[in-house]
Amino acid sequence: MNIKNFRSKLFSRAALRGLIAIAIFLVIWEVGARSEQLFGYRFPFLGLVPPPSDVFVSWGGLIGNPSYWQSWYMSFLRVFGGFTAAMIIGIPLGLFMAVNKTFYGMYFPTFEIMRPIPPLAWVPASIIFWPTQELSIAFVTFLGAFYTIVINVLGGARSINKQYLQAAQSMGASQWDIFRRIVLPATLPSIVVGSAVGMGITWEVVVAAEMISGGGSSGGGEGGGLGFFIWSSYVGGSYEQIVVGMISIGIAGYFSSELLRQLGGLLTPWLKTR
Amino acid sequence: MSTELKDDSTANADSREQFSSEIVASNVYKSYGAGPFAKEVVVDCSFTIESNKLTVMIGPSGCGKSTLIQLIAGFETADSGSITLNGKPITGPGKDRLVLFQESALFPWMTTYDNIMYGPRARGEDTKESTDLAEFLLNKVGLEAFRDKYPQQLSGGMQRRAELARAMINKPEIMILDEPFRGLDNMSKELMWEYYANIYEEDRNTNFFVTTDIDEAIFLADRLLIMTNLPTSTRAVIEIDIPRPRTIEGVVNSPRANEIKKEVMTLLHEEAMKSFSGGSKAAADFLDAYSKRVD
Repeated sequence: MNIKNFRSKLFSRAALRGLIAIAIFLVIWEVGARSEQLFGYRFPFLGLVPPPSDVFVSWGGLIGNPSYWQSWYMSFLRVFGGFTAAMIIGIPLGLFMAVNKTFYGMYFPTFEIMRPIPPLAWVPASIIFWPTQELSIAFVTFLGAFYTIVINVLGGARSINKQYLQAAQSMGASQWDIFRRIVLPATLPSIVVGSAVGMGITWEVVVAAEMISGGGSSGGGEGGGLGFFIWSSYVGGSYEQIVVGMISIGIAGYFSSELLRQLGGLLTPWLKTR
Repeated sequence: MSTELKDDSTANADSREQFSSEIVASNVYKSYGAGPFAKEVVVDCSFTIESNKLTVMIGPSGCGKSTLIQLIAGFETADSGSITLNGKPITGPGKDRLVLFQESALFPWMTTYDNIMYGPRARGEDTKESTDLAEFLLNKVGLEAFRDKYPQQLSGGMQRRAELARAMINKPEIMILDEPFRGLDNMSKELMWEYYANIYEEDRNTNFFVTTDIDEAIFLADRLLIMTNLPTSTRAVIEIDIPRPRTIEGVVNSPRANEIKKEVMTLLHEEAMKSFSGGSKAAADFLDAYSKRVD
């Protein structure tokens, strides 16, 4: 993207709308939070929340604090660890279930019974299973993305237009060639969608897991991640920091999804032409 | 479009061979499902797709023509009876019989050029000879400017031509086309008829073309197979003795073509009526009386 293009995008009507909406949101929040001082009457809900100005001051103080960034780092590490493992195991598993009827028949019922179990219900069990707190958090994160990825890959690979396969077959393609050059690219859009959805779930799960398990290997403190950061801010009574943690997760999740979208776009160039 | 066909500079790259291949179907039965839900689609169906002729099969829509294509292509097997290619039974798909499907089966994730090169690459024949032939065919179907476009970026007619090129690069003995021009607008359709007929006339390899469109059938066919309503079997065979090369105008003005059209329409009308009434005697009687009253 060149500079001119970037500028026109930055100052586009859509970007302007977005900025105005965020500004209005902040004003309502600020007024609501300061409603007791301003009107002598405390607005429901908003009146109990720290105002954004205080949140930004508190955030400003944290920017230079390495332990705040350590929380980011730890959460990212857990998310990408669990997520990568889910992709490495989930994509081949989904594809294999799609192409092998026997395996599908044997494994799918178990899969469908396990799938509705919320990843967070696994937290106590996984603390028992795994030798370290860190591994149990990673495992729960993995589960968050795993089922979504498998289901999407399986659905994508099973709904391939039969005529693509027949056309390839009649042109003399081998099974391996059909898998590599037909099944795989035909499933790619579903892999991208499954990953994007899985990534969202991973962030939900990692934060909750960090809160429940008390911040992983460090037993809290620096290595706790953003979930533990929020929890300890709550315990410590620093309400501004709770909001800082929440916004941080929002930003982190957004960038993770955006990264996946960009990667997905590079992998499926033909979809852009529609 | 037809001018592009007479490009002699690259013509030597096209080493298309002439084959003689005949397909004979005898007493073929095919049904789907089992037990009380079984549905007979093809019953005691026999016909010959003669060597070096363009055989067109026409019949009411949903009459099982596509099933016959699945059987001839080798994607499915008949319950009983036999289908042979040059005397040998067909046991599975092969590059000697290529199918152009109703809807475009171009791979959406490959560019026009990669789609055309799919067959040679899949067989490990990514040679100079293949790439030369791909270039020649791109030129022949008039898609040089679209070689790096994805199928979604091509018009319906272009997709059909790209698919023809993708099939022709494999030098199939027999081309099987399942209503390939369905869904195109009338203008592109007529252009595609002339275009496809031209390609056929170049080498006159065996072609098997399935359609529901009477004008299309008469314009293209050397031999016309008229099928019955479900379950499918052969109702009549008509030799179309209109000289080639044909033009749309020539066929429209040909008394012989109109004579054939009338004959075909009468036969198809009877079959369509059976299909329309869905086996109900009352409905069939009503339709029969009604059609006579209109005449």
